[in-house]
Amino acid sequence: MSEADLTMGTHVPGALEQSPFAIPSKKLVMWLFIASDAITFAALLFAYGFLRNATPDWPRPFNFSPSIINVMLMTFVLISSSLTMLIGVRMAQAGNKSGAFRWIFITAAAGILFALLHLREWLGLIAEGVRLFQNPWGAGTFGAAFFSITGLHLTHVVGGVVAMVVVGLRYRRGRYNADDIEILGLYWHFVDMVWMFVVPLVYLLNVKQ
Amino acid sequence: MHDMPQAIKEHAPAQTFIRKYVFSVDHKVIGKQYFGLALVAVFIGMALSWLMRLHLAWPNLHIPGLQWLSSSGAPNGVITPEYYLSLMTMHGTLMIFFVLTNAPFAGFGNYFLPIQIGAEDMAFPRFNMMSFWVTLVAFCVLMSAFFVGDGPPLAGWTSYAPLSAVGGSAGPGEGTGQTLWAISIAIFCIGQLLGSLNFISTTLDLRTRGMTLMRMPLSTWAWFITSCIGLLAFAVLLPACLLLVLDRIAGTSFFVPSNLVISDQVQTHSGGSPLLWQHLFWFFGHPEVYIAIVPAMGIVSHILVNSMRRPLLSHRVVIYSLISIGFLSYMVWGHHMFVSGMSPFSALMFSFPTLIITIPSTIITLIWIGSLYGSKLRITAASLFALGFISLFVSGGVSGFFLAQPSIDIYLHATYFVVGHFHLVMGVASIFGIFAGTYFWFPKMFGRTMNEGLGKLHFWLTFVGAYCIFMPFHYLGLAGNVRRYSAFVEDYLQPLLPVHKFISIAALITGAAQLIFLYNLVYSRFRGKPATENPWEATSLEWSIPSPPPFDNFGGKHPVVYHDPYQYGIASSTGDYVMQNSPEQIQTVRDDKSLT
Repeated sequence: MSEADLTMGTHVPGALEQSPFAIPSKKLVMWLFIASDAITFAALLFAYGFLRNATPDWPRPFNFSPSIINVMLMTFVLISSSLTMLIGVRMAQAGNKSGAFRWIFITAAAGILFALLHLREWLGLIAEGVRLFQNPWGAGTFGAAFFSITGLHLTHVVGGVVAMVVVGLRYRRGRYNADDIEILGLYWHFVDMVWMFVVPLVYLLNVKQ
Repeated sequence: MHDMPQAIKEHAPAQTFIRKYVFSVDHKVIGKQYFGLALVAVFIGMALSWLMRLHLAWPNLHIPGLQWLSSSGAPNGVITPEYYLSLMTMHGTLMIFFVLTNAPFAGFGNYFLPIQIGAEDMAFPRFNMMSFWVTLVAFCVLMSAFFVGDGPPLAGWTSYAPLSAVGGSAGPGEGTGQTLWAISIAIFCIGQLLGSLNFISTTLDLRTRGMTLMRMPLSTWAWFITSCIGLLAFAVLLPACLLLVLDRIAGTSFFVPSNLVISDQVQTHSGGSPLLWQHLFWFFGHPEVYIAIVPAMGIVSHILVNSMRRPLLSHRVVIYSLISIGFLSYMVWGHHMFVSGMSPFSALMFSFPTLIITIPSTIITLIWIGSLYGSKLRITAASLFALGFISLFVSGGVSGFFLAQPSIDIYLHATYFVVGHFHLVMGVASIFGIFAGTYFWFPKMFGRTMNEGLGKLHFWLTFVGAYCIFMPFHYLGLAGNVRRYSAFVEDYLQPLLPVHKFISIAALITGAAQLIFLYNLVYSRFRGKPATENPWEATSLEWSIPSPPPFDNFGGKHPVVYHDPYQYGIASSTGDYVMQNSPEQIQTVRDDKSLT
């Protein structure tokens, strides 16, 4: 698939009416996707809140150590990866191709680290007996809500890592430009921002008291 | 490659048959594919409604051949109550998702939105192709439910939990069939989200020079607003369907409460809430009815203006009203849940915006009627269907005022009154929009004109038929006739059976009248009178190019737009209209500020 097949991007200057948003179509679509995806996460978080409020014996299983420490570490990794992505985008905009490529791969590595930490946490919880429909502490819906929300987020992280590898390589080969790197960055910051809602609502609200 | 002009290099026409007509990235082919899919779905959906109507009027009727489709659902050709519900579920799902969403929005929208704004294609042709093929996969998954062991799903197009969530123990169609339903709709959501992204970015970014937002035809505006609604609505249905799939196959219980007894078995699920499904579903579900009706409103406006040869009283007010409908459609979902045990105070909070949303709808209707008043209307099949749309929209809309009030809705909700209401205002009205669009745009899409005489015959039979079918529904509902029952033998509803028989006969005749349309469509496609470039003397850009349009619509160039979309009723060199891309200087007859 070539770039030309993907969008109807370039036109003779002046042939088109000005867009109300002074951004390329691809970037607009990424913003629209983010709006739509934010609603999807909102629906899931709403479902979680709805069930949590309706359930008297909602479990609060997270200890400070190791769960919350692990989450803090994951959060640190993810926020740092937003910073490295920002450096990559800046370098791409400045025309520093190899620098941008390097920082994007650092970001992808951070994404992988996040996913591994997340998987470690999941496996720990599964070892403690948490399933999609039961757990040792209380309402069985806890596991369903926890795994579906964090699972969807993890899917986004993994998808982002794959996108970084694909877009990064194509950028280095010259098929994608700095704009595409910026769009990639938008997605990654969005994944980061969703996590900022997941941490307090799914983890901190469920700390053992 | 490098010496070719930019526009051609970017988007060279496909050479092979497969790339040209099957996996095509051309928006016109994709539009026709959506239209064809909707056509298949609408005739299957109609056949299902025939079976239901036959069974309702003659409960012991043997329908020959039906046992071949489902030996358990229709032993000896007599429909069981469970199979009746399956037919109803499949009818609703097909009609709402694969007809009312596909044809007026994805079908006509794909074909005409880029042309009406002067673009050579959608902004993302590949996404566009993907959106159709994803939708086709969703359709095939849904259809496969007819052929699985325990039959198609029976939880209704709304698939209310908990029965839809607990699996096979809840009934014959609640096994694999219901799982397929949830998967199919989840896939469908992905297709619609891709389509919406594409529509919005195309409308905003690919308008040709001079095509300001306010100069876009009302059909384009309607598709644009619909895609904004769809972008958010389908984003909620998607996770809802995924959670339903998890409940069904992974043992979670998002939607199943504790200690639920179904078929004498205590369910193993616990802790979920059936109401959660209703909230998630209707947060999508109410915007969905506007996804079905708003494109039809746009198409009807586009056609009416052309037939009455004068602009609407106000172009802007229609646009603003459509936008406010889109906005308000997100605030009224609770009015589908008045009977769910909702607090009367919450019900009031949903009742109020429901009544408010009738205001923009009424404004648009009054603008149509006010503009029609005193105009010299050109009677064509397309304009007749547009008028029919207004009639049905008003008739069906009026009962909405009653249903918006919780105290009345609680009595009427589970009756045929609601069925009559939404069939008129959303179902048949939107279908009339599709018919109007088909008669109007067929010459452009296929280069041949449909037979006007047959079209008018089709209109009168369908128009009278639709009223004969759906007006008595309101009477049945007021008389307390519950919906979703497969038969009304041996109970207090038996005196109403003659009404059901009347409705069934009307449905059979009206359905048969659709064969005239099908014949007209197929015959005209191959033998119809060749169409000229602009047979309706219309002003918008799709009529400035050959019929059917060439591959890149405008011959590798971009048209320049000089005028508002509907410059009718003025003296010009071409007659009483000026096309949008005509550089001719004109003096508008009406000194209407809204048109400047």
